[in-house]
Amino acid sequence: MALLEVKNLKTYFFTRNGIVKSVDGTSFSIEKGEILGIVGESGAGKSITGFSLLGLIDPPGKIVEGEINFNGRDLVKLSEDELQKIRGDEISMIFQDPQTSLNPVITIGEQMMEVILYHRKGMSKKEAFNACVEILKTVGLPAAHKRMKSYPHQLSGGMKQRVVIAMALLNNPKLLVADEPTTALDVTIQAQILYLMKKLSLEFHSALILITHDIAVVSQLCDKIAVMYAGRIVEYGRKEDVIFNPLHPYTKGLIECLPKLNDDKKRLYQIPGIMPSLLGLPKGCYFKDRCEFADEQCDVYPPKQEIDKRIVFCHKVK
Amino acid sequence: MLKYILNRLFHSVIVMFVISFIVFFIMFKAGDPVQLLLPPDATQQDVIEMRHALGIDQSFIKQYEAFLKNVAKGNLGTSFVYGQPALDVVFERLPATLELSVLAMIFSIIFGVPLGIIASIKPKAWYSKAIMFLSLSGISVPIFWTGMVLVLVFSVLLGWLPSSGRGEVYLFTSAFTWDGIKHLIMPVLTLSFFQLALILRLTRTGMMEVMMQDYIKLAVAKGVPRRVVVYYHALKNSLIPLITVIGIQFGQLVAFTIVTETIFAWPGTGKLIIDSIQNLDRPIVVAYLLIISFIFVAINFVVDVLYTFVDPRVRV
Repeated sequence: MALLEVKNLKTYFFTRNGIVKSVDGTSFSIEKGEILGIVGESGAGKSITGFSLLGLIDPPGKIVEGEINFNGRDLVKLSEDELQKIRGDEISMIFQDPQTSLNPVITIGEQMMEVILYHRKGMSKKEAFNACVEILKTVGLPAAHKRMKSYPHQLSGGMKQRVVIAMALLNNPKLLVADEPTTALDVTIQAQILYLMKKLSLEFHSALILITHDIAVVSQLCDKIAVMYAGRIVEYGRKEDVIFNPLHPYTKGLIECLPKLNDDKKRLYQIPGIMPSLLGLPKGCYFKDRCEFADEQCDVYPPKQEIDKRIVFCHKVK
Repeated sequence: MLKYILNRLFHSVIVMFVISFIVFFIMFKAGDPVQLLLPPDATQQDVIEMRHALGIDQSFIKQYEAFLKNVAKGNLGTSFVYGQPALDVVFERLPATLELSVLAMIFSIIFGVPLGIIASIKPKAWYSKAIMFLSLSGISVPIFWTGMVLVLVFSVLLGWLPSSGRGEVYLFTSAFTWDGIKHLIMPVLTLSFFQLALILRLTRTGMMEVMMQDYIKLAVAKGVPRRVVVYYHALKNSLIPLITVIGIQFGQLVAFTIVTETIFAWPGTGKLIIDSIQNLDRPIVVAYLLIISFIFVAINFVVDVLYTFVDPRVRV
């Protein structure tokens, strides 16, 4: 059985201007130790999918439908208290911007030890402290012992993200959700952090969901890829298939956008148009206005097709 | 740190010097106190003698020079009206004002901060709306109206609380005797209303802003209980701006208890300064304003030091 199986998840935001269907019926699954990449543009619902897994959707948002089966339990049905026990213990999360994800007025040590002490009631502060120092060394933070007493502003962005990753790994979680973990870092640090995450998820046998808009990142790290567009998954399959033989026109476009070394074209390719607003989605396929293959057939939302263990939503794929 | 303190001290001396000059000048121009001090049938000879005795027959520069020389000796002059050293007169009244301000501030913080937090957690709940409505009235209703309504209800109609004076005083304060406490309740409440409302609203805004931050979401994602997230992670961050405002407001409270002291005939400095301005009693006015400026400077210093404890990013 899969470690995590998300079925038909729908997370809607009930705003004054109408219902925003940020996540509208996504399904995917992840096995123990696997790395799943969720790719898409800003506003495609990637992050909301991640937050939904941990029940971190604040009003006016709400999970209206679907199942999140994790380790034999449906997280959607759990109470806040039960979720609290799972958060940071069995599932932990890494946020996008390390500059803002640590509390500026609390020491690194205290913020880390919390994660242990609220989940391991019997553990002493001393043991927790030592465990934190150990894990900081594992993520490659120099002078780990000293860093425990530091405040976030005394660390660089890359160091902060290492702390956040260390924090997420403290309780040896079964699943790690990383929401654009490298977007806010500069390129040299990005590679380090990504490599570190891959290494650690192997070491700790954690499954990893990597949420990113950067298909290059996904193609390096992931086992499986889900491409999201306007709240729905449009293509989902093994990395090799999706990257080297994309079926959906949107996935093709995304890959086409990447700069290639031996290419003498002056300009990079870009997908024409922008993603439609979630409040004014077109009838039929959401991508049709930007799609070169679209015709009247696309006025109906395409059905799910399963081709060779790959799922794709497009009329034009046969 | 020592350098910082010395720097601060130097600044405050300059501030107080400038204030003394301005006040001295205004009071010099304001009029002749002798006309008010002597009976209407006093002779011209009496007037001249009195002016000479008070030293106000000299030029402005001479007078100010004499004042500065006295200040260097720790003497801020002798009150024209009371005939006592001005500093003594102000210091005698200061405890009454300080006790009123300190108690009002404590009361405002004790109720303002928790109510602000409650109103911030569920802004749409009926109780949050009720709190916000009351705080709006706290900010809008003038202090003299609140004071008079309290007197009307609790002194005139119900007869529960005395309407004026300090009551029995023990160790410079009324807070240690039952009679004193009864006298304190209404003035403290009157003085607190605005401060409480202000602190409440600031706490609420600050908390709502902090609760949207990533580090709060991450704290929840780490499995920290909501209660701890709100009262520790978030509150510690929203305290930072609150401390500044509480500091400024405390200075305001000490300086502007005038209305409240007038309503409740509270024998504090607020009433003293109003009387002294009317009597053109220059030494008292100057001494009072110098002490108040010193209090402001001291509070600012305390706030700066407190900052370093609450916010690790700030180092003095």
